[in-house]
Amino acid sequence: MLAFLVKRVGNAILVMLTVAFFAFLIFRFLGDPVELMVNESATQVERDELRARLGLNDGFFAQYVRFVGNAAHGEFGLSWRNQQSVTTLIAERFPATFELVIIATLLSLLVGIPLGVFTAIGRGRWWAESLQFSSIVGVSLPSFFVGIILILVFSVSLGWLPGYGRGEVVQLGLWSTGLLTASGRAALVLPALSLSLFQITLVMRLVRAEMLEILRADFIKFARARGVKHRALWFRHALKNCLMPVVTLTAMQVGNLIAFALVTETVFQWPGMGMLFMQAVTFVDIPVMAAYLCIVSFIFVTLNTLVDIAYAVIDTRLRAA
Amino acid sequence: MRFTRIMATGVALLALSMPAMAGTLKWGASRDISSLDPYSYGDSFALGVLNHVYEGLVRYDRNLKIEPALATSWEIVSPTTWRFHLRDDVKFHNGADFTAEDVQASLKRASDPKSPLRGNIPAYKGSRVIDAHTIEIDVSANYPLLLNDLTTIYIFDAVWLKDNSAEAPTDVGSGTEGYATYHENGTGPFKIESRQPDAKTVFTKFDGWWDKPQHNIDRIEFTPIASNSTRVAALLAGDIDFTDQAPVQDIPRLQASQQVRVLEGTDLRTVMIGFSQRDQLIDGKPNLMKDIRVRQAMQLAIDLDLINKKVMRGKSRNAGALVAPQIPGYDAAIDTPMKADPEKAKELLKAAGAEGFAFNFNCADSLVNEEQVCQAVASMWSRVGLKPQLDQGTRAVQTPKRSSGKVDVYTLGWATLPMLDTYSLTSQVLHTKEGSFGIFNWGGWSDKEFDKVTEASAVELDQTKRLAMEGQSLKIAKEHVLMIPLHQQPLAWATNSKIKDFPLFSDNLPRLWLVKM
Repeated sequence: MLAFLVKRVGNAILVMLTVAFFAFLIFRFLGDPVELMVNESATQVERDELRARLGLNDGFFAQYVRFVGNAAHGEFGLSWRNQQSVTTLIAERFPATFELVIIATLLSLLVGIPLGVFTAIGRGRWWAESLQFSSIVGVSLPSFFVGIILILVFSVSLGWLPGYGRGEVVQLGLWSTGLLTASGRAALVLPALSLSLFQITLVMRLVRAEMLEILRADFIKFARARGVKHRALWFRHALKNCLMPVVTLTAMQVGNLIAFALVTETVFQWPGMGMLFMQAVTFVDIPVMAAYLCIVSFIFVTLNTLVDIAYAVIDTRLRAA
Repeated sequence: MRFTRIMATGVALLALSMPAMAGTLKWGASRDISSLDPYSYGDSFALGVLNHVYEGLVRYDRNLKIEPALATSWEIVSPTTWRFHLRDDVKFHNGADFTAEDVQASLKRASDPKSPLRGNIPAYKGSRVIDAHTIEIDVSANYPLLLNDLTTIYIFDAVWLKDNSAEAPTDVGSGTEGYATYHENGTGPFKIESRQPDAKTVFTKFDGWWDKPQHNIDRIEFTPIASNSTRVAALLAGDIDFTDQAPVQDIPRLQASQQVRVLEGTDLRTVMIGFSQRDQLIDGKPNLMKDIRVRQAMQLAIDLDLINKKVMRGKSRNAGALVAPQIPGYDAAIDTPMKADPEKAKELLKAAGAEGFAFNFNCADSLVNEEQVCQAVASMWSRVGLKPQLDQGTRAVQTPKRSSGKVDVYTLGWATLPMLDTYSLTSQVLHTKEGSFGIFNWGGWSDKEFDKVTEASAVELDQTKRLAMEGQSLKIAKEHVLMIPLHQQPLAWATNSKIKDFPLFSDNLPRLWLVKM
């Protein structure tokens, strides 16, 4: 088991180093931050000095080693645009993204699971088929488009919900939350909805497929023969057995959602990590971009590693792999 | 006693019945400022926003003319020494008195070798405190533009800087964060109540402001909304009251709304096209653009009216000179836009032996509809028999190629900010590249006659003579076709229609202390 753990963690570290390397390679082609940092009246000497101070004259490898060395200490340097520590910047933005992702995940489960059950038990009926059909729309619509439509309908035309920002937030120590104020909750609705739409259809389709499978199983037939009520049969006996893959999928999708939140955050001006990244791209703020990529891939790699380890704990045959 | 009570009740009732009088203005900006420290970044937009909190010795009035701010008057003692008399009734937001010491400490901070703002005050040598409200500033040579420079040098409280060890400017290169990045103590009409970077910055009215307020704003909520469509939606939904950037393509839609008022004008920024004047093109072929006939032909091939109509939707202003009419040094006599004449262009190209001349055309993405402008210009050139190869990319990618001279033809937008004078363009774009001159002379040309006039204008203290010299420089640039002026960009702000008086500024910097709700 120990050997397996070491191997798994070693893999994870290797992946992280590769990500950092590619992140760096890409940023080499993004352009010159110095031109965006100084103003029109700066002289050439000042530009050259700034370039030297930022360490841009060093070789690619030297810059990479310096970055990895610092990152290992959780130190990502100063943002070139905000002149604040990148670690602080990301830590400030993380609560916004996390709340959005958690609410979107809850939404996708609360809406997706019942929909999945209904489309499974109503298979062949017009309402179930039309739900199933419209879920294709949910999967195929790009989330920025969904976001803009939601803003147009609920914010501009109806005026029910705010279309941008996070509303009033309450600071609980280091964590800022929008869940405790009315305006914060109102501001969450549209972005969470737009982010979760894809997830809802994913969960719904997964639950439907699993339900159809299980409803054919022997123990359901026996239960039905025993005279168990429909409702109990579907939601207690059948659904319970569908949930395991849903839980696995949800756990894996949290990482995806954090990454995809980038688009939703841009559309809704949601002050999270994704928006920080987008702004960093515009300004060629390499420390922020590199840190964002590393943190997001760190979340992915950690989730994957944990899932692998959990599986290995459950199923000892996997440890040999 | 009774009278006072009645008065007080009356005032209270008045306040209750007119909640709109004293209000919050929600500003949806296209981007955030990077720091609360005005010296941390030489960024005109951030300096404009922070001007609500900090002030300089002088400032621009409604017509972009310089007027006294923290200084009441000034005189030139000797060609290199200016004496400023300071206002004696100014308080900082923390209650401290404003004195000459503060000016000296601020100038020292701004001109620090590590200060990113150093370029905004290039001629500064040193200063002497004469008494509490008089200071002398030494400049390196005759320098007529000191006042222009001082508009963006905001004054800090010397004691506050010292107490918070913020005397040195924050500097990203050496990795120093500073107290001033997160805190402010200015003299301006508003103070910062709270700030969450990229989310919201709240300004509240400063009751101790020395000037008589012309505004009636109690609070400003400044929210950056980067996405154009989200910002337009927020304005239509009434979630914001003002934006300093209404996208050109959305203006008709905004105008159609009852609740929105669009303020339109033209920007100070002049869009122009520059040429390489090196012997070889970047692919090593001989550079035919050294022949003035080729440059003239390229100019005659461009139909400005068509670009104005099709690409800029009639919102831009065709340009004949390289600076906008509002800029000191502008001369209406040379501002006649060139009429397109493709036939003449073909003749000139034939005479110069440049038919089928191929070159690289470098375009970025930071000007209004820049991609479309470039495509239009490229097709106009193709029509007269040139072969432009369009190279489009983001500003961050294109600028390094430009500044290292790896371009043949390129676009440039120049607003002369923060100096607001023709000298900004003549010294940095058109002058031969040497020393602190010609940093943006990406084409690498050198015109001795032009340089002479420009250098003379730099040290001429007589305003009338100096402006005439600048006009002369622009005339030489026009005759030699150093660059082709295209247009001044459209400028559009949009406000909620309930806002009564909102002056539009062509430098694209909102001054909310002049706004009536």
